[in-house]
Amino acid sequence: MARKLLLEHINVPDIHTFDVYRQKGGYRAVEKALKTLTPDEVVEEVKKSGLRGRGGAGFPTGMKWSFLAKPEGVARYLVCNADESEPGTFKDRYLMTHIPHALIEGMIVSSFALGAHTSYIYVRGEMMPQIRILERAIAEAKNAGFLGKNILGTGYDLELYVQPGGGAYICGEETALLESLEGKRGNPRIKPPFPAIAGLYGCPTVVNNVESIAATVPIINDGGDEYAKIGIGRSTGTKLISASGNLVRPGVYEIELGLPVEEFIYSDEWCGGIANGKRLKATVAGGSSVPVLPANLSLKLANGDPRLMSYESLSEGGFATGTMMGSGGFIAFDEDQCIVRNTWNFSRFYHHESCGQCSPCREGTGWMEKVLHRLEFGHGKMSDIDLLVDVSKKIEGNTICPLGDAAAWPVASAIRHFRDEFEWHVNEPVKSLDTNYGLANYAEPIAKAVSTEN
Amino acid sequence: MSDKVKVTIDGITVEVAPGTTILNAARQIGGDIVPPAMCYYSKLEGSGGKCRTCIVKVSKGSEKDPRPMPKLVASCRTTVMDGMEVQNITSPEVIEARSGVVEMLLINHPLDCPVCDQAGECDLQNLGYEHGLQKTRYEFERRTFERIDIGDKIQLHMNRCILCYRCVFTADQITNKRVHGILNRGDHSEISTYIQTAVDNDFSGNVIDVCPVGALTDKTFRFKNRVWFTKPIDAHRDCPTCSGKVTLWYKGEDVLRVTARKDIYGEVEEFICNTCRFDKKKTADWTIEHPTQISDTSVIASNHYDTLRPLPVIQDNARLQEANRVELEKTTKF
Repeated sequence: MARKLLLEHINVPDIHTFDVYRQKGGYRAVEKALKTLTPDEVVEEVKKSGLRGRGGAGFPTGMKWSFLAKPEGVARYLVCNADESEPGTFKDRYLMTHIPHALIEGMIVSSFALGAHTSYIYVRGEMMPQIRILERAIAEAKNAGFLGKNILGTGYDLELYVQPGGGAYICGEETALLESLEGKRGNPRIKPPFPAIAGLYGCPTVVNNVESIAATVPIINDGGDEYAKIGIGRSTGTKLISASGNLVRPGVYEIELGLPVEEFIYSDEWCGGIANGKRLKATVAGGSSVPVLPANLSLKLANGDPRLMSYESLSEGGFATGTMMGSGGFIAFDEDQCIVRNTWNFSRFYHHESCGQCSPCREGTGWMEKVLHRLEFGHGKMSDIDLLVDVSKKIEGNTICPLGDAAAWPVASAIRHFRDEFEWHVNEPVKSLDTNYGLANYAEPIAKAVSTEN
Repeated sequence: MSDKVKVTIDGITVEVAPGTTILNAARQIGGDIVPPAMCYYSKLEGSGGKCRTCIVKVSKGSEKDPRPMPKLVASCRTTVMDGMEVQNITSPEVIEARSGVVEMLLINHPLDCPVCDQAGECDLQNLGYEHGLQKTRYEFERRTFERIDIGDKIQLHMNRCILCYRCVFTADQITNKRVHGILNRGDHSEISTYIQTAVDNDFSGNVIDVCPVGALTDKTFRFKNRVWFTKPIDAHRDCPTCSGKVTLWYKGEDVLRVTARKDIYGEVEEFICNTCRFDKKKTADWTIEHPTQISDTSVIASNHYDTLRPLPVIQDNARLQEANRVELEKTTKF
């Protein structure tokens, strides 16, 4: 049985209440950090742990914390990004629903490390039940003396607030989140300045994902070195994966980074294989923003080695043959799924969620969506495929925030790996409406797949 | 450490004050290497970074850290570092990305220049001439908006808008209350007011001048004339609310339009009040100064040559003069 750090007690009845959580060893990290460590030592532990941001970019959390500007007499803020809205990702919601205190405890430890006395949890507006759960958990923690003035008699003050989000995917981008938290329209800010210098209300701010913050609890409990032993290479620790799609047992899994993708999909301990005895056609390894991969490249690297669930292994081979860890939204497609339709669906999402601030993303996402719609519904032309590649190239890298890249990558990668399926949609406009292209050669052993691509 | 930093743009080195943006450093050099700016406006704080037409390549970050920047950057919002090397028109990558942005700006633009009052002094038109394609690759119905009436002085054509946010910043920073803003999201974002005919402020007319396209135009000038048939004259009056320094646009004896004075980048020198802009349309109201300098390349200059001045190359080359004889004669005749 693999090691669990975040979800260890997930099946304990009433773990969402303070008393049960405390009985199971909860809030030990707060006691340890506040009573025996200095803020800098906490940051040092997190640095040693090698924890990388769990929200998508995978930036080392300890490093992010050490960049925080600390001018005298200026407030610093910690903001927890719980605006989880990436299609295919639902791990944070799961964590907040079932063990809200893990997040609260992590918030206290992290705020202490950063010297923040007011911290915010920005929760996606649609997650109203989770907002109530968190507010209740905060009230419980406050009653027990873990929040408020003079926590545990150590003289450290912290107020924790939950803010319902504005209901937009873009508010999950850290600077848009800060704008929204300030009560403005959630448009991403132009960087620099980065939030570590001028964030919320112009003060130095750290924005972290729910899972990153919760992961500081086991790091403090067991020590950064101990945490770094789990995982593989620079991908340390455990990661929550939201598995969805045509799997026998979809759901949220906590894996040790470095688990082979093949084992994750087919092992009975994890997803248990593809549902209904079908075969795997493609995967999206890290939420809708990351490149989609055909089955052969999902399971194996281009050189034939097994692909592992880690930041490095998933991105091995760059965008030509690799993808990204992203936020851990693992979507599996079986042989009956249509990649064109799926790409159109993702594209429709980004078109709907673009904030409209910068031109390439505002106009380009809509354009891609319209072209893909045409392809999917039998009105496509052969030139549309290259047009899509060209439009995605013109969006990628030319926008204010990463939403432009996130919109461009799935389209570009789908065409890169599944061009013949797009061509089939053009050649068979009627047939493609009610039949599927099928598995084709997408699951064939890797050496052959690579040679046909070249 | 000296208080000036050195930056090289397309091979031309200039010394500028620290904190200057790449765009403003390029403007200090001037000429063709100045990136186009659709949303940045030097008089409006916080503007810029949105339209992405001013993107440039930073091929060397600074003297201390010579690594190039990984992506193209918006020159209007990126400050220069000592020793920075920037490529604008010398980089094919920048030109390609810029034409991509122009294409994006135009796919949903109505292209109704023949009936647009901004035609002739429109930044998007200029940009389109320079970078646009001959033919659109966009084969869908263009996006349109419900028309709304924002007031009796200013005409809003949302279909033409490129969402530069300049008018929002203007209303925030020049007037004492902003009543319009951006509604909705993505490609359905629009400049709007919740309550119609609500824009009514002494300085609200300035949104017309800052608008780079024909989305906000002067209702008192609407369909009166094409700008290239009018003749701009600088004039001033003693105005209690603003500087009173304006440009009058004459057609014959009549003042058709009053605007603020604009510099070579199309930015106003001083904002003017609505009284000067909309209500003082008689020559008697103004002290005339002199004809406004208009760039030779502008279409507005096209109807205003007094004497024929052949290009320098034609002037001293008899063979070229001979080759252009028909054209030269034609001009003399008119």
